[in-house]
Amino acid sequence: MSMKQLSLDEQDLSLLRAQDREAFAGLVEATSSALYSLLLRILNDEQDAEDCLQETYIKVFAALPSFEGRSSLKTWLFRIATNEALMLIRKRKPQVQLTEIDREDDDLDAPVEIVDWCCIPEPELMNSETRKKLDEAIQHLSVGLRTAFLLRDIQGLSGEETAAIMDISVDNVKTRLLRARLKLREELSVYFGERLTHGNQTT
Amino acid sequence: MATKQHNQSDCQEYLQQISDYIDGDLRPELCAKLEKHMSGCTNCTVVVNTLKRTIELYQVEEDSTDLPEDAKKRLYSRLSLDDFLK
Repeated sequence: MSMKQLSLDEQDLSLLRAQDREAFAGLVEATSSALYSLLLRILNDEQDAEDCLQETYIKVFAALPSFEGRSSLKTWLFRIATNEALMLIRKRKPQVQLTEIDREDDDLDAPVEIVDWCCIPEPELMNSETRKKLDEAIQHLSVGLRTAFLLRDIQGLSGEETAAIMDISVDNVKTRLLRARLKLREELSVYFGERLTHGNQTT
Repeated sequence: MATKQHNQSDCQEYLQQISDYIDGDLRPELCAKLEKHMSGCTNCTVVVNTLKRTIELYQVEEDSTDLPEDAKKRLYSRLSLDDFLK
């Protein structure tokens, strides 16, 4: 679930800064599904995502009195959650990071699979097998590409917000987003191309 | 459906712009050039359309993702917010 509807007025913000429990519970209610979804897709592990979600809100609660509002509350929450997830990944497999960053500097791969699968109707397209494929494809992206895609295209944050959360430039966000989108398109096109060819439209 | 290599050099150049194009962020003159190219290039048209569809599918999937009830209970408990659990 995305966090599009999160809006807080000045009164909420002052209650949150005062660590008012009811206001904090309201914030958790409004934002936990979106943060969990982000964490689950960055980490690809339900237990890790749940642990990270809990740590995120513990940090958020502790930091609320010093929240200055220079960024929106939404951006701030996503930043804390993203940092938690990236820290966990670094702990999990520190050797992966460098090679993944290198790969992002390669030339852009030209699209290979040119199959128009847009004609497949959505009920057929979105079955459980497709959902599994979507999850797999996103896990094949490097962490940097995946995070940019999740924040921009799935959570609907702006390029500027994504750049602030990931501590990279807006141009870098754009580059990562293009690469991520093309890689996902390629992988899904191979999959749907096979489905079209074999007429395999299991539901 | 047939699959073929898509390697024309023009297409490779336009590839850099298609992300901005689908976000509506491409400058008008570049946008017009790309659309003119696409009107004569089936491959690029398919790439743009399937790219848009790819993003839409992920957004559809996202809308059906919620925090599972038991994970929510554990979260509220960890935050000592059990009395606010809906």
